[in-house]
Amino acid sequence: MADEKQTEVSAAVDPERLVRLYREMVLVREFEEASQRSFRQGKIGGYLHVYTGQEAVAAGFLSQKKEEDKVITAYRDHAHALMLGADPKEAMAELFGKRTGMVKGKGGSMHLFDVDRGLMGGYGIVGGHVPLGVGIAYALRYRGSDGICQLYLGDGAVQTGAFHEAANLAGLWGRDGMCPVVFIVENNQYAMGTSVERSTANPDFAGKFEAYGIESEKVDGMSLEAVLEAGGRVFEEVRESGKAYAIEAITYRIAPHGAADFFEKYRTKEEVREWRQKDPIGLLEQRLLDLDAVDEEKLQEIKDEAKRTIEEAVRFADESEEPPPEELYTDVYAGEDEYLGKE
Amino acid sequence: MAEKTYREALKEAMTEEMERDESVLLLGEDIGVYGGTHLITDGLLDMFGKKRVIDTPISEAGFTGAAIGMAMMGLRPVVEMMTWNFSFIAADQIIQNAAKVRYFSGGQVQVPLVIRGPNGGGVQLSAQHTHSLESFYGHFPGLKVVAPVTPADVKGMMISSIRDPNPVIFLEAGALYGTRGEVPEGEHTVPFGKARVAREGSDVTLVAYGRQVLLCERAAERLAEDGIEAEVIDLRSIRPLDEETVIESVRKTHRAVSVQEQWRYYGVSSEIAAIIQEKAFDYLDAPVERVSGAEVPAPYARNLELMCFPSEEQVVEVARRVLYQEV
Ligand SMILES: Cc1ncc(C[n+]2csc(CCOP(=O)(O)OP(=O)(O)O)c2C)c(N)n1
Ligand SMILES: [Mg+2]
Repeated sequence: MADEKQTEVSAAVDPERLVRLYREMVLVREFEEASQRSFRQGKIGGYLHVYTGQEAVAAGFLSQKKEEDKVITAYRDHAHALMLGADPKEAMAELFGKRTGMVKGKGGSMHLFDVDRGLMGGYGIVGGHVPLGVGIAYALRYRGSDGICQLYLGDGAVQTGAFHEAANLAGLWGRDGMCPVVFIVENNQYAMGTSVERSTANPDFAGKFEAYGIESEKVDGMSLEAVLEAGGRVFEEVRESGKAYAIEAITYRIAPHGAADFFEKYRTKEEVREWRQKDPIGLLEQRLLDLDAVDEEKLQEIKDEAKRTIEEAVRFADESEEPPPEELYTDVYAGEDEYLGKE
Repeated sequence: MAEKTYREALKEAMTEEMERDESVLLLGEDIGVYGGTHLITDGLLDMFGKKRVIDTPISEAGFTGAAIGMAMMGLRPVVEMMTWNFSFIAADQIIQNAAKVRYFSGGQVQVPLVIRGPNGGGVQLSAQHTHSLESFYGHFPGLKVVAPVTPADVKGMMISSIRDPNPVIFLEAGALYGTRGEVPEGEHTVPFGKARVAREGSDVTLVAYGRQVLLCERAAERLAEDGIEAEVIDLRSIRPLDEETVIESVRKTHRAVSVQEQWRYYGVSSEIAAIIQEKAFDYLDAPVERVSGAEVPAPYARNLELMCFPSEEQVVEVARRVLYQEV
């Protein structure tokens, strides 16, 4: 049964597209490795949450974003920004707290925004951005756009009140065709050190949406092709219906929760090793070789290129200037040249 | 100008703005079919339809957050908090998203949002339903906070709030919805950060906002009977705060009493006192005093509740004290 589906899926996929997305996934992996290194060197402050292991999810879904669509996510947001087309230099510069950063050095790793490309931000309070995404979807319809909102959230966020309130609203508004939102639950098995098993008595994340009248499905988040298939189908349905929909992408955070976590008491090395067998990049490499879409040499070439791009991004970030002191008091209020709170 | 109630002034402002601007829409619990808990939005569902007058379930975090998302997309939602007592559930959305997202997005988005509803007590609602949240919300950069008291200001500040590109916390004096006053017809805006001199005087400055302004005006009448001319300043806007008008008044009167319904510690009156001593220290002839609510959760019994809120007598007494008169 599963095999049948797999062949069906593959038939629809064009190898060139897979290679293109492979390139993006490798770039994100490189970016994350470099950001962790820079964190250890003290060049990046605050919290740093990397996406390693989950690349197929963002690649599969975001590559199908249409111009009018919007995207919102939590703090594990580097991949989302890069895959929507942000310049790795500006993304890295943001992590370094530089004026050339995506949000001028004012948000850091957790708050990448690229409104021109539809990225409505990364947010740091778990679950807190979920209502925003629902409102964004409503606004799209209110304005007569046929855009949809891809709303990313973690398994941990599903346990928050904000999520449940927002999901209920999405179900309700969707009944009138006013909520074209796709909840993408990135179930990476953990919320920091709390496993899914220890955080909910009902670990069927897709199933939880039923309580709110929202249809859902699960997808293998380690398989780019499966994600592409689900995204392609679901996004067009939601665009058409204006009804909320949920996809639980089953994936795994191979990296530690944050770059400062060295010991992982909450999971075993064996478990991580096992999931590494399903590393989405490794799986995709094998698939591309099987399809004869690439050879080993080509794969290496792609990796080398990503490495160069990221090295350049790190250099750019390192050499960029800090935000000028005047920036401290800008962007507090809109439409005001002189902020009253300025000392 | 026509005489209107506080309630009518509010509704008029929202109606006019909705007629003028398609991007204005309302959200809240029971604002549509039910007509609004305090009848502020009565009839608007019929006028504008359910796409623009959205009855929400009891999900303060959910619908406040959704409204923030809408505002980031360029809509101008006006959210009704049935009463501000329920806003703690939405506080994460208000503080962590609405107030800050412009800053942490490096100016890429703005949040033209109004959250409005009745604030303060006085009608025996007891502990969980009695709060004055002006200093709570006034604490956060990124928010604007207003607390108008006259129907004219209510209309003018609501229109200004809806047109403002920032999140505005609109604190209504719930106990005054039925009070009347002259309200200018049509286009009438009142800018933020401008206090109103509600009564001129030369002997002592009484600073207040919201319902306490009326109390101070009554106290000023009483003081006048004894030949004391009190100046009453209605702050109207808590953030931004019009420091200048307060300072100017104190330079003239040399004495000030700041009156608030909320608890004494860390309140607006403490801020007023601090600003006066920083900026008009040399003009002061007496310490700035505060008249505040009692430091207890609000009780139910009428007699106890009355003891909790500033009274006319208290204001008169404290005003006399800063004038070094026998009390
Ligand atoms: C409301 C809140 N509580 C706690 C935290 C601290 N925290 C940051 S990330 C995290 C885990 C969230 O897990 P999940 O939603 O599954 O996302 P993931 O990190 O796996 O991507 C926690 C508890 C927070 N940021 N916000
Ligand atoms: Mg998780």
